[in-house]
Amino acid sequence: MAEKILEVKNLKQHFGSIKAVDGISFDVYEGETLGLVGESGCGKSTTGRSIIRLYDITDGEITFQGKNIHGKKSKKELKQFNKEMQMIFQDPYASLNPRMTAGEIIAEGFDIHGMYKNKKERKEKIGTLLESVGLNREHANRYAHEFSGGQRQRIGIARALSLDPSFIIADEPISALDVSIQAQVVNLLRQLQKERGLTYLFIAHDLSMVKYISDRIAVMRRGKIVELGTAEDIYNYPVHPYTKSLLSAIPLPDPISEATRTRIPYEHEEVGDDAKSHEVFPGHFVFGTDAQVKEWYTH
Amino acid sequence: MTQQIPKEKFNIVGGNHAATDQLAAKSVSFWKEVWLRFGHNKLAIVGIIILIIVAIMAIFVPIFSPYTYSQQLGVYNGPPSAKNWFGTDDLGRDVFTRVWYGARISLFIGITAAVIDLIIGVLWGSVSGLVGGRVDDIMMRIADVLTAVPYLLVVIILLVVLKPGLVPIIIALSITGWVNMARIVRGEVLSIKNQEYVLAARTLGASTAHIISKHLIPNALGAILVTMTLTIPSAIFTEAFLSFLGLGVPQPMASWGTMASDGNNAIDTAPWRLIFPAVLISITIFAFNAVGDGLRDALDPKLRK
Ligand SMILES: Nc1ncnc2c1ncn2[C@@H]1O[C@H](COP(=O)(O)OP(=O)(O)OP(=O)(O)O)[C@@H](O)[C@H]1O
Ligand SMILES: [Mg+2]
Repeated sequence: MAEKILEVKNLKQHFGSIKAVDGISFDVYEGETLGLVGESGCGKSTTGRSIIRLYDITDGEITFQGKNIHGKKSKKELKQFNKEMQMIFQDPYASLNPRMTAGEIIAEGFDIHGMYKNKKERKEKIGTLLESVGLNREHANRYAHEFSGGQRQRIGIARALSLDPSFIIADEPISALDVSIQAQVVNLLRQLQKERGLTYLFIAHDLSMVKYISDRIAVMRRGKIVELGTAEDIYNYPVHPYTKSLLSAIPLPDPISEATRTRIPYEHEEVGDDAKSHEVFPGHFVFGTDAQVKEWYTH
Repeated sequence: MTQQIPKEKFNIVGGNHAATDQLAAKSVSFWKEVWLRFGHNKLAIVGIIILIIVAIMAIFVPIFSPYTYSQQLGVYNGPPSAKNWFGTDDLGRDVFTRVWYGARISLFIGITAAVIDLIIGVLWGSVSGLVGGRVDDIMMRIADVLTAVPYLLVVIILLVVLKPGLVPIIIALSITGWVNMARIVRGEVLSIKNQEYVLAARTLGASTAHIISKHLIPNALGAILVTMTLTIPSAIFTEAFLSFLGLGVPQPMASWGTMASDGNNAIDTAPWRLIFPAVLISITIFAFNAVGDGLRDALDPKLRK
C-alpha cells in the first residue's frame, strides 16, 4: 500500500453552536483519489477548508506529509505548505476575480512566491499551464467573464497547479457545470493526476459524480463520516442505510432498469455517544452503535 | 413502456464539440465594458455633458465675462439684457458672472465633502469589514451614533466657534456624511472577503496587503465611485439649504445657495436673481444623479430594472 500523505484525526470544526464537522477521521494515501460525498450542508466544504488552513480548527489533528499542519507556523513552513496543497473551488463564477485576466489569475501564485526570473519566463509559465488544462496561450489576456463555465473551471485548475502541488482538494469542481462538460473536466483531472502523480480529495454531493474518479469513498452526513471504503465496496456492498439511500438516488443509464428504480428513503436514527467506527471488512468502516452496525450488516 | 428507437432514425448532422466551447468576441476589459454600457445610457451622457459645461463655465468665467463677481455696475436689479445676460442684483452686480463664481463654491463644497467622505469612509469601512468581530461592532456603533446627530446642530455650534465660511459647512457635511460611505465599503468588503477567489488567493499564500490591493480595492471601486458621485449633489443641495437658513458662505462670496436665498427676497421685483441659480442647482443635481445611476447600471447590468 502507498504511503499516507494526509491523516485526519477526530477533526472538529464548530461555528458557534453549528457543528459543521463533528469529529471525523480518515487517511488519504499518496496518488489516490478519496471521494467525499454527502448532501448539501453536511460539512464537506468545511472539511476541505479546515484541512487547507482556511479555518482554524476547533479540535483534532491533521498530519500532512508527516507534519502536524495546524497551529502557529513560521513563514517558511507556511510557504512550503501552500506549495504542496491547493484547492479547486465549487463555483466557477465566484472563484475567479472578475477584474483579472486569466493570465493574472494563473500567475497569482508565482507572483506571490516570486517563482520566475523575468517577464518572459512568467509568460511562458502561464502559457504552459493554460495548455496543460486544454486552453490556448492566447486566452491569457481575456477576462474571466469571457469564458464559459467549463473553461473557467479549467482556469481554476491551472491556478491550483501553478505551484506544482502534490495534494489537491477539489471542492465540487463539476457540480456547477453542464452534464456534457462534467465528463471533460473529470477526464482532465484524471489525466493531470496520472501525469503529475497528484493526490485528490474529491468532494461531491452525490455518488454518481465520484464514481469514475474515486479509489475510495467517504460518505458524510451531518458532520460525521458514516461510511468509508473502496469505491467498489461502497457501490456493491453498502452497509449504512444512508449510503444505500444515496445509491438508490442515482439514475441508471439503462432505461429499462431505470423505469423500475425506486428510491430508498432514509430515516435518520439518532445515534448516542456510544456510536463509533466499525471495521466491517478490511478497510471498510461504518459508523454506528454495535447493535445498529450488526443489524445493517446482516440485512 | 420503454421502447427501443432504431439507430437508423438518427442522423448525425455534424457539429464540433471543441468548437462549441470556443470564444467568439474580442477581449474587452471590465472597465472598457462598463464604459461601453455607460455610453448607451442617454440620460447619463446628457448628465456628463451638463457637468462638463458647468465645469468649463466655472473654470473659465473670467475669460467669458468682462466683470468680476463683486464689481458694482450701477444698475440695480436690472433685468436680463445684452450687457447683463442674467440681469443684475440689488448691489448692481452681474448675475451671469456671479452664478459661475457661485458654481465654483458650490462644486468645491460638493467635491470636497465627497473626497473627505471617501477618505474617512473607505478607511473606516474597510478596517471594520476586514477585522470584523468586536472591532467591527464598536466602529459601526460609533457610526450609528454620528448619524443620529443632526448636522444643523453641528453647523450652528461650529459657526459659534469658527468664523462663518466654507470650513464649518464642509465640516458639518462631512461629520455625518462619511458614515454612508463607510457602510457601503464595509458591505463590499464583507462580501468580497468571503468570495472564493479571495480564499483561493489565501491558499496560494497571499498576504493581507496583496488581498486588499489585488482583490478588495478593484472589486469595491465601482460601488465607491457610485457613492461618491451621488454624494456630491446631496452636498450641493444641503449647502443651498443651509444658505436659506442664513448659514451659508458670507458676502461678497456667493454660492448658488446664497444667491438663490437672496434672490428669493426679491422674487417679485427681480425673479431672475432666484431663477438662474435655482435652475443651475437643479440641473447640476440632476446631472450628478444621472451620471451616478448610469454608472451603477453600467457596473452591474443585472441590477437594472
Ligand atoms: N463560516 C461559517 N460560519 C458559520 N457557519 C458555517 C460557516 N461555514 C459553513 N457553515 C455551516 O456549516 C454547515 C456545513 O457547511 P458546508 O459548507 O461545509 O457544507 P457542504 O457540505 O459543503 O454543503 P454544499 O454541498 O452546499 O457545499 C452548514 O450548516 C453551514 O451553514
Ligand atoms: Mg460546499
